[in-house]
Amino acid sequence: MFALRTVCTHVVTDTARDTHRHRPAAPTPSRKAPTTVSVTKKGGDVATREAYGKALAELGGERSDIVVLDADLSGSTKTGQFAKQYGDRFFNMGVAEANMIGVASGLASTGLTVFASSFAMFAAGKAFEQVRQEVALPVANVKICATHAGITVGEDGASHQVLEDVAIMRVLPNMRVFVPADGLETEQVIRAVAASPGPAYVRLSRMKVPMFLPEDHVFEIGKISTLRAGDDITIAATGTCVVHAVQAAELLAEKGYSARVLNVCSIKPLDVETLVTAAQETGAFVTVEEHQRVGGLGSAVAEVVAEHAPCPVRRLGMDDRFGESGKGEQLMEHFGLTAPSIAGAALELLGQSS
Amino acid sequence: MTTTENPTPSTRMAPDFQDLAKIANEMRGDVLRMLQLAGSGHPGGSLGMTDVFTTLWFGGFMNVDPKNPTWEDRDRFVLSNGHICPILYAILARKGYFPRDDLWTLRTLGSPLQGHPDFHFTKGVDCCTGSLGNGVSVALGMALGARAQGKDFRVYAGTSDGESQEGQVWEMASAAAHYGVDNLTLLMDRNGIQIDGFTKDVMDQGDLGAKYESFGWHVQSVDGHDMKALHAALVEAREVKGRPQMIVCNTVLGKGVSFMENEPKWHGVAPDEAQLKKALVELGLEQE
Repeated sequence: MFALRTVCTHVVTDTARDTHRHRPAAPTPSRKAPTTVSVTKKGGDVATREAYGKALAELGGERSDIVVLDADLSGSTKTGQFAKQYGDRFFNMGVAEANMIGVASGLASTGLTVFASSFAMFAAGKAFEQVRQEVALPVANVKICATHAGITVGEDGASHQVLEDVAIMRVLPNMRVFVPADGLETEQVIRAVAASPGPAYVRLSRMKVPMFLPEDHVFEIGKISTLRAGDDITIAATGTCVVHAVQAAELLAEKGYSARVLNVCSIKPLDVETLVTAAQETGAFVTVEEHQRVGGLGSAVAEVVAEHAPCPVRRLGMDDRFGESGKGEQLMEHFGLTAPSIAGAALELLGQSS
Repeated sequence: MTTTENPTPSTRMAPDFQDLAKIANEMRGDVLRMLQLAGSGHPGGSLGMTDVFTTLWFGGFMNVDPKNPTWEDRDRFVLSNGHICPILYAILARKGYFPRDDLWTLRTLGSPLQGHPDFHFTKGVDCCTGSLGNGVSVALGMALGARAQGKDFRVYAGTSDGESQEGQVWEMASAAAHYGVDNLTLLMDRNGIQIDGFTKDVMDQGDLGAKYESFGWHVQSVDGHDMKALHAALVEAREVKGRPQMIVCNTVLGKGVSFMENEPKWHGVAPDEAQLKKALVELGLEQE
């Protein structure tokens, strides 16, 4: 009670818009193209929801204050592993997300660290009001770990492909928003939010993604990790799109351009300093996310850039439309979120035709 | 005006019901005074639930320590129909959580007393409420939290017939029964009135007690202004094992003020100065 409210200041501007401003001259190809992360260094494919389930079960053994709630999707969200091992600290709330979030808040108020899971569409969408009133407002120690986010849900189609959750979660005071890029980072995010009191929203995916981040990768709340150095343009991506951003940088390198790749897992709090430095040093941004182009990572980047270091920002994402059924990888390609599209957008911004 | 009470509840001896009635009457006066000064708020439900909450808070049921409002083993109180917080604020002031003079700042900028309960501002408030349907779920979470940690505190929550139109309430009702939560007691303000009129006209709910019973709850239905009956119901509820408890409190909206009683318009309108004067005279708190 009377806990200080976490101050999460956010720059909000109305100037975030696409810009296709061409540079007057083609840039000089960079001399150095230091690759820090390459997708060829694969460690197997793992869905971030699977890494979540594993991390949660491990944490359950380490900390008796961790309790887990699910809304009849424990097999899919992977909280089932925790449920199996620590049944007395797992509560299946049935198909009732609104009540689940309220119960999570009540449990947290008694001193417990609560993880609540469902599909992102329902955890963030159906229970939005409960998240606002009973998690964000009271600064409850509740971690909403929402799986099956974005179009990579795949076959289930538009009703299950939430493309608005980052927008509606990051706008909430006290809420922190994280979107891990692979299994390794997911485990780090889960440990970080468990160790840091207060609300958090963790966006996880159904589709398997390569374990491409280096073994010495360190996730830190509020920090962007720079996966590739580069001076010509910055590609900022989040979640399942980060691996494609790295591949896009490799394509650009083949054409002589050095693209800086930023892995923005911590969408809120946002690493303003790294974004501003990138804007100043590279002068152009491409952002990539499987989310509406409005309100998500692209908007967050544009808000910061517009206020602190104006430069062109090209936001890739879902263009004011819903998704559709298909395989996750197919849909990523279909909606222009894979490496060739990202590289194409970058080249366009650099004044080159792809 | 504040009374110093032993934080340990004792219901072995029946309370002095005349004394409880006097406390309730004085708190009705506080509710009306603070609402008149605020110029907005909800007198109807506040006056209607005054006898219920007075019995709960001054009849020896709430194991709390006003000097240590966040004591982790305290009993919890969640006002899920948060709009009737004027009566909660009157109670908390009288219990000694904050000075009675704070009541006169209700709903003004900088006040510790917000339009709806918010524990960031008000000592003694256990849950941020106001959006109907939410608080009862949080109350259930608190009750489960006690059980998960082997604690024996109880959770009491105020709810209402109008609030029961929210689907979330029934999600909570299912879950509380499923988990056999027996340290959770709900007190329902059944006054048959909501903002737009009588509940039977807006959205008829039938027998709410029977609905809870069918969900697996222990249900009692009592006269919400009979403190002896309320006391007995709270004692019975506390003894129930393996089931959550619902006490349907049949109340009169605006109870104690003749021109407010059972009038839907007094759900959410503050009295003006003349109306306040008239009400206080009726309550015997001021001379004509």
